[in-house]
Amino acid sequence: MDFLNAIVALSNFVLIPALAYGSQLALGALGVTLIYGILRFSNFAHGDTMAIGTMVAIYATWALQGWGVSLGPLPTALLALPVAIAVTALLLLLIDRGVYRFYRGVKAVPVTFVIASIGVMFILNGLTRLFIGPDDQRFDDGARFLIHPRAFREATGLAEGLSIRTTQALTVVTAILVVAALFWFLRRTRTGKSMRAYSDNEELALLSGINPERVVAITWIVVAGLSVIAGVLYGLDKSFKPFVYFQLLLPIFASAILGGLGNPVGAIAGAFIIAFSEVTVTYAWKKVLTYVLPDALAPEGLVQFLGTDYKFAVSFIILVLVLLIRPTGLFRGASA
Amino acid sequence: MTGQRSRIALMFGLVAAAIIGTGVFQSWNLALAILNMGLVSAIMAMGVNMQWGYAGLFNVGVMGFLALGGLAAVLVSMPPVAEAWAAGGGRAWLALVLGAATIAGLIWLHRRLPPGRRRWWILAAAGVVGLIAFRALFGPAVDAIEDVDPAVSGYLGGLGLPILLAWPVGGVLAAGAAWLIGKTALGLRSDYLAIATLGISEIIIAVLKNEDWLSRGVKNVVGLPRPAPYEVDLQADPGFVDRATALGLDPVEASSIAVKLIYAGLFAVVLIVILILAERALNSPWGRMMRAIRDNEVAAGAMGKNVKARHLQIFVLGSAVIGLAGAMMTTLDGQLTPSSYQPLRFTFLIWVMVIVGGSGNNWGAILGGFLIWFFWVQVEPMGRWLMDVVTAGMPEGSALRDRLLASAAHMRLLTMGVILLLVLRFSPRGLIPERPA
Repeated sequence: MDFLNAIVALSNFVLIPALAYGSQLALGALGVTLIYGILRFSNFAHGDTMAIGTMVAIYATWALQGWGVSLGPLPTALLALPVAIAVTALLLLLIDRGVYRFYRGVKAVPVTFVIASIGVMFILNGLTRLFIGPDDQRFDDGARFLIHPRAFREATGLAEGLSIRTTQALTVVTAILVVAALFWFLRRTRTGKSMRAYSDNEELALLSGINPERVVAITWIVVAGLSVIAGVLYGLDKSFKPFVYFQLLLPIFASAILGGLGNPVGAIAGAFIIAFSEVTVTYAWKKVLTYVLPDALAPEGLVQFLGTDYKFAVSFIILVLVLLIRPTGLFRGASA
Repeated sequence: MTGQRSRIALMFGLVAAAIIGTGVFQSWNLALAILNMGLVSAIMAMGVNMQWGYAGLFNVGVMGFLALGGLAAVLVSMPPVAEAWAAGGGRAWLALVLGAATIAGLIWLHRRLPPGRRRWWILAAAGVVGLIAFRALFGPAVDAIEDVDPAVSGYLGGLGLPILLAWPVGGVLAAGAAWLIGKTALGLRSDYLAIATLGISEIIIAVLKNEDWLSRGVKNVVGLPRPAPYEVDLQADPGFVDRATALGLDPVEASSIAVKLIYAGLFAVVLIVILILAERALNSPWGRMMRAIRDNEVAAGAMGKNVKARHLQIFVLGSAVIGLAGAMMTTLDGQLTPSSYQPLRFTFLIWVMVIVGGSGNNWGAILGGFLIWFFWVQVEPMGRWLMDVVTAGMPEGSALRDRLLASAAHMRLLTMGVILLLVLRFSPRGLIPERPA
């Protein structure tokens, strides 16, 4: 009985949150890694791209709620996704046209792109604050729980109630669908193949008649989709705050580098490693250990390795270890 | 050469005119406030310029080094809290020494043991034992310290020394951190170094926010000792009041201006010393070597230059300058507020200063520091004025009008992004470009 309780507690506070967080990071890291693979720079504006895309989704959600549209148990924000993705894609294409295309033309070194992306980051951050302000926004609606802890307790008779929030389940399901669609696109369609070819060997791809501007444009559209979905899922699961999205940059980059920059499979694996490490190291294990260990050994303290405020330290330490031991990442990214 | 000299003179003349204009049209208090923080910003920009402009190192952890300088100001100048030291000060430091010893021991073991799976198991076991011992000693000590009158102190305090001493100490603290980071992260590709330094700066801020025993965390340390007299003391001093009234000034305003002038004098001395040193270094054989390494690492390595050691050297030097500026800023503020450190303001804005001013040129960095700081302060009133004009015809209390008026405060980030992109595109080497060798 205690063992089952321990498993339920573990799922509630470690497994399920880490799975949801990992899915959100994976979608973010896929965007970063795609930009790195195709455009060959680290996009510092990615966190703010997620923020501004989510902001559009929030306004669309509020409009839909105002008109009385609802998806029943599911959050209305899902209906707002297509609008937000379209707006964000348009914005990214405009930015590419106005900023990055010039530097591609003059074959600027990658770090110039990075500095330009810092400028874009300021602008996107400013726009987000201009339109929605720096404060917390909540926009989730629909059913709160897929499995309610009290109902679970009554049904099973366990002391611990399993809790799965709708947003957590939705995050994982959506992430699986999006990743499956992305891989199908990259591996099976002509456009996707030309993107991979361009990422592998730019010169050869150009020789075989691939239009680079088209590849770049499609990359930005795909990135818009990934970052808006990641941002909306994160906002539904936790809450929307522009500054928090900016701070997501660190775990997202850590995931992408951990898996090997430019490698999509690596980005996903990296995201889950980062998410599970963060949650495991900052979780207070007292409850789980009390169930599992005999009474005599029950812990007195919280058994928390690091305070939750130090979660950045976890992604950072993993990142540094990987860079020192295996600089190309776990899955041999495009970077050498 | 002369072309560049006159360009420098013209640019600095424009900035001086802008600040004097602020004094004439707005207030001299504001103008001096801009000047003071401009001086500090110029020193920050010089530190970043040493790393990026001389050596091409992409450090986006500026915020962390600034915060370490701020911590130095607290640790040097605040009076020690005797009760807290008695309650657990010794134990806390002992625990920290134990933690450092554990890490040193791990590195030693890693070097001594033969590679293989067994090495990792032993390292992991030693690490866990060290961590448990550290926590057992550290936790109670920290609790005891933080229980000492938490509303007023709850931390160990500092050494009670003059705050001017904190400036070099801030530089040393930042240099030490930079040495540790440089040892591990330099030699990585530029974007990896960027992410690594970004991470370090977030961790340093997290430590300041959470380790209440050290820095009072989010409760802030206020009322730091000042190198200048207090305004109220000046106003109470009849000699000062007489002189102010003889000059036709209101004593209250005069006291505030006098204090700001003292700060400006102190900051200017530091700026000039660093500028002289930096100019001499940049134009010495050492400076040419740095630029040679920056422009072609492989060729410089082939010529027998130790690229890694030079990178570490300049990284530590630049970070020391940033730490010094951080201590000066906290001195000027008179308080350490860990939650006010935000990367956009304290890392990326400094980068805008360096890129806009002209990387690789000390004068450019200084110009960027003053110019960007001036805009950072003045964009808000400009934005408000613009919004006032735009919304003048709108009905009182309309939603759009309120929205636009409230948004003026957020114009500055947008403006900084636009300035950065425009300079990068149309004057990629900055307003005062690097001098050709």
